[in-house]
Amino acid sequence: MPPTSLLSTPRQPEPVDVKNLNPKACGLELSPAVLEAEYAVRGAIALKASAYQRQLDSGQGGDLPFTRKPITFFRQVLSLCDWPQLLDDPHAADTFPPDAIQRAREYLGAIPGGLGAYSESKGAAICRQHVAQGIEARDGHPCDIDDLWLTDGASRGVHMIMRTLLRDEQDCILCPIPQYPLYSATITLYGGTLLPYHLDEERGWQASPEELQAAVDGAGRQGRQVRALVVINPGNPTGEVLDAENQRQLESLVLIADEVYATNIYAEGKQFQSFKKVLRDMGPDYATVALVSLNSTSKGFYGERGGYMELANFPPAVKEQLYKLASISLCPNLALVMRPPQPGDPSNPLYEQERRAILESLKRRAQLVVAAFRGLEGVTCNPVEGAMYAFPRLTLPAGAVAAAEQQGQQADFLYCMELLDQTGIVTVPGSGFGQAPGTYHLRTTILPPEEDMQAVSEAIARFHRTFLERYGGGTQGSSGG
Amino acid sequence: MLHSSASAEQLCLASPVRREPEPVSVKTINHDVVAAEYAVRGAIAIKSTAYQEQLKEGKDGLPFDKVYQCNIGNPQILGQKPISFFRQVLSLCEYPELMEHPAAADIYPPDAIARAKEYLDNIPGGVGAYSESKGAVILRQHVAKGIAERDGHPCNFEDLWLTDGASPGVHYMMKTLLRNEQDCILCPIPQYPLYSATIKLYGGTLLPYFLEEGRDWQATVAHLQEQVDTARSQGKQVRALVVINPGNPTGQVLDWENQELLIKFCKQEQLVLLADEVYQTNIYAAGREFLSFKKVLMEMGPEYSGHVPLVSMNSISKGYFGECGRRGGYFELVNFPQDVKDQLYKVASISLCPNVSGQICMALIMNPPQPGDPSHELFAKERDGILESLKRRAELVVDTFRSMEGVSCNEVEGSMYAFPRLTVPPAAVKAAANQGKPADFLYCMELLDQTGIVTVPGSGFGQEPGTFHVRTTILPPEADMAQVVQKFSEFHESFMRRYKGENGGS
Repeated sequence: MPPTSLLSTPRQPEPVDVKNLNPKACGLELSPAVLEAEYAVRGAIALKASAYQRQLDSGQGGDLPFTRKPITFFRQVLSLCDWPQLLDDPHAADTFPPDAIQRAREYLGAIPGGLGAYSESKGAAICRQHVAQGIEARDGHPCDIDDLWLTDGASRGVHMIMRTLLRDEQDCILCPIPQYPLYSATITLYGGTLLPYHLDEERGWQASPEELQAAVDGAGRQGRQVRALVVINPGNPTGEVLDAENQRQLESLVLIADEVYATNIYAEGKQFQSFKKVLRDMGPDYATVALVSLNSTSKGFYGERGGYMELANFPPAVKEQLYKLASISLCPNLALVMRPPQPGDPSNPLYEQERRAILESLKRRAQLVVAAFRGLEGVTCNPVEGAMYAFPRLTLPAGAVAAAEQQGQQADFLYCMELLDQTGIVTVPGSGFGQAPGTYHLRTTILPPEEDMQAVSEAIARFHRTFLERYGGGTQGSSGG
Repeated sequence: MLHSSASAEQLCLASPVRREPEPVSVKTINHDVVAAEYAVRGAIAIKSTAYQEQLKEGKDGLPFDKVYQCNIGNPQILGQKPISFFRQVLSLCEYPELMEHPAAADIYPPDAIARAKEYLDNIPGGVGAYSESKGAVILRQHVAKGIAERDGHPCNFEDLWLTDGASPGVHYMMKTLLRNEQDCILCPIPQYPLYSATIKLYGGTLLPYFLEEGRDWQATVAHLQEQVDTARSQGKQVRALVVINPGNPTGQVLDWENQELLIKFCKQEQLVLLADEVYQTNIYAAGREFLSFKKVLMEMGPEYSGHVPLVSMNSISKGYFGECGRRGGYFELVNFPQDVKDQLYKVASISLCPNVSGQICMALIMNPPQPGDPSHELFAKERDGILESLKRRAELVVDTFRSMEGVSCNEVEGSMYAFPRLTVPPAAVKAAANQGKPADFLYCMELLDQTGIVTVPGSGFGQEPGTFHVRTTILPPEADMAQVVQKFSEFHESFMRRYKGENGGS
């Protein structure tokens, strides 16, 4: 309750200063574990790399800087939608395939004001219809466009959900460790508590229901409320793809399924199954499990700022609140997450060729990166079954641990900073994602172009040898800890 | 109500109550989310969408055959054309192969091609890659250049954050400045409800300062002082002053003297000045010009120019370009400590980056074609055509309102809205109260039901207690305007008839 005027101390003006900002926004009240996860993906090393301006960026999963071409059809449609006069230009037929022209006309016809007008807050109806159709084709279960929110990237959806679910510090969100630090950052930002559950590196990064139950029980004993479970499938940074059995075990609480890497699957015999499909397949007994499915145009094989969130089994009153939240930022940008060209369409052959080439190249690079790390002394690396990252585990000398501590850092941060300084290769230390205590990892993408892979592997191998020599052998970080 | 961390800890140590699983429901989600309101997309707007569906499906029974969207500053949905040069550059950036095509020179003017090339050469990965979190360097440089030319004072591109619309900048500032309910933000009443919504959302308190309708919507420093002193004596801290110039919904354009007074007040009370300047190119009143708060601040002498913290916000959604759907904007920080700027960088980075197409659009708007450029003639024609049309429509709308019974309307000096004041018969006030609504809500709902015209009630923006207003845009195309103003007048007459005299009452 605000103090009454009789009892309160009058407030004097004070200048804006980092000490009087919202501590949740600034992470000043964070636990040590979360401080490490302080949005490491764009932290000190990334900033230094920008300063170096070296374009051998292995640190971020937005892979287009590497001359990887975008999908032609999508860009053609977007270009026509940007400048609709092209449609009537006499040169249009020579410059664009007929199905791109037709698709642009379809969108412009169905979106009042084209790309220039605010759309509905959940996104233009036609775009949601196309997304819904895609989801239905993928899962074999209906998708209602009123349950879809298109967003400026999947991150926005995470912000909205955390904002809504978290009331105070007693509210917890179960997060995988290692995790993509958007989750730790937003949980802190919106005043909740991160409740970790550890993925088991020895068992392909699977989560055990026992571990989850233990975490929930522990929280319960402390008077905390567990609000949701975050699952990232395929995993980031860990790269595992869950199997349906594991998915079924995880259906409980509000499930936040981060599925942005749904189309990045490389491992033989693995396929992506959405949590929505698994949930619906589990039948009416599970019709009350609330599910948030998140997807993005940034991954897969596209690359622009778009995404969506689908809500299943949420009460209408809660969906209204989420609609209202979306409306306060008016609407998402019309990035047109779209249906690809179908077999028989003029653009289909090129589209299929481009898509296959990208995915097969990613698969080859996934294997190359894993092999490169497994060739280093004291390094193990789980296979990259999906997503865009390898997350090798490093055994680092005691001398390195000590040197890092003196700088107030973790040993993997030191490793990654020196790797950057000496080779220009940008990675993110495992401490940025969380890891089992006493272990060290780093996250690298699999995105450098294939022709650079050899050089990158050799540079890392040379650096690794030098690092071990410099810090004098006698390793730490093995499982004995 | 947030528990303080002290009491939470005490709860834990003393006797934690085991929490049972509870389903997600509107009772168990964050109360600040539930409490926040945003009338611009509220009940009336939602109903108008339902009407549009009905009309599209050819359903009968509505007393109108078209929905007129006068509720939201969304020009292109009403047929305003985008600026050719901007769209040409954007389309080339989206599909760079076009530039290699033999017909490129026939399809695109050379300066559009050159500009697209310049951007693509300097943005790694083009529109398809994540950029820096504050926006791609070259685009911020262009925006900085445009700001410097506008104001005659330098702009450092590292003090610029490009954003998906201006709204994210407001979210970041509120999130960062508001620690708890004791922290207040001074907001003009009437205000654009993004401010009230975000203040609520981030757990702060709105401290109103009333704009005086009878004096061209100006605010007096005496009134500001009184509001601040009262808040301070109640143990509240005042963190910032929001000024919307040109005003939304009120449409006034501040003059230099007024702006100086507000800056001095901020210095005295150590307030951050949040300057919402998204309508800076929508100026219609003769003799009025836009002066950025940055410019005024920089010309006030070092004790102000080097000290008053200022956040200047702009957007691609308004002006004469109206690119609402693309989501672009920026905020510039002046006189902020470096470590505070570092925190705002971090907050921006949690959303990775703003969409690059929107960033490009912002850079284009701040650096449009210049006299002598191949595209300049067409650009100037399009720009001036739109602005002159907006001015004509502003005058028509104001004149119409002034001719209605019991209605007064301040001049629309700038922005995109008229905000007439209605004198509502007591019987209407009562009827509205019976529905649990303010009278202007009733007015706007009946206006929608009977004419298809969508507006936003003044209660959505805040107003002097006991007064009623409605916000309408000036955006319906000139071809529709005659219809719109006539229907509005007819509705108003019938509303007044119904609720006055023998026909009024229960």
